[in-house]
Amino acid sequence: MTNSTPKRMRPLSPNIQIYRPQLTSVLSIANRISGIALSLYAVVLVASLVAAAAGPQAYSNIHVFMGSRVGRVLLFGGTFAFFLHLCGSIRHLIWDAGHGFELRTIYASGWMVVLVSSALTIITWIAGSVWAR
Amino acid sequence: MKPPNGENMRSPLSRALGLGSAKAGVGQWWRERVSALALVPLTVWFAASIIMHTGSDYVTFIAWLRTPIVSLLMVLLLAGIFYHAALGLQVVIEDYVHSALKTLALLGMRFGCCGLAGAGILAILRIAFSR
Repeated sequence: MTNSTPKRMRPLSPNIQIYRPQLTSVLSIANRISGIALSLYAVVLVASLVAAAAGPQAYSNIHVFMGSRVGRVLLFGGTFAFFLHLCGSIRHLIWDAGHGFELRTIYASGWMVVLVSSALTIITWIAGSVWAR
Repeated sequence: MKPPNGENMRSPLSRALGLGSAKAGVGQWWRERVSALALVPLTVWFAASIIMHTGSDYVTFIAWLRTPIVSLLMVLLLAGIFYHAALGLQVVIEDYVHSALKTLALLGMRFGCCGLAGAGILAILRIAFSR
């Protein structure tokens, strides 16, 4: 017996580079990523409010940027991140209350999060374009 | 002769006290959940309001922000958002940053959240109390 054990690189679990992505794990990390993204969008919210308080000119600059192609893509991403995080959090709150831990229920609620957050994102943008007229 | 529990006469209990979780972790867990619960109606109200103001001009938008209930809800929204963001980002930093930068990152994140919440609330108050 030599001292070979400490030097050997053993795989660490979970070995994510060979794991097939599952709905459960993807939604888990998606909730975290959308949360980080929403923190950045909160900075945009504060910037818009500060601009609105500063006056019409500063506000108009922000408004023009939001209306540009880059601004619209960013806002669309923000809308999806918001609804994904909202639905994912409600799923988590139901788990925290002690419900929905059966494997079938976990997958059903997971697909519901994907479906509802996508639908709400699209509905929001349709409603926004209707109101903009 | 050395006492059996180490180099001094302290009891095992007194050496363990103050180390470990000290049952503080569950407080953060609760604060995350309670702020999430508060943010559900606030953010849904905000999203719906923004949709309805998509076509509004500056004067209309400011007039809406100036109504007392909207100003109040906006202040609560900003406080809730940055309180919840600080708790969530703290967990993210603690999970992924293991170097000496951890404390610095936590400090910077907390200061940033407090500063942004303050700036946003001040902007709302300026709009609400301006003539």
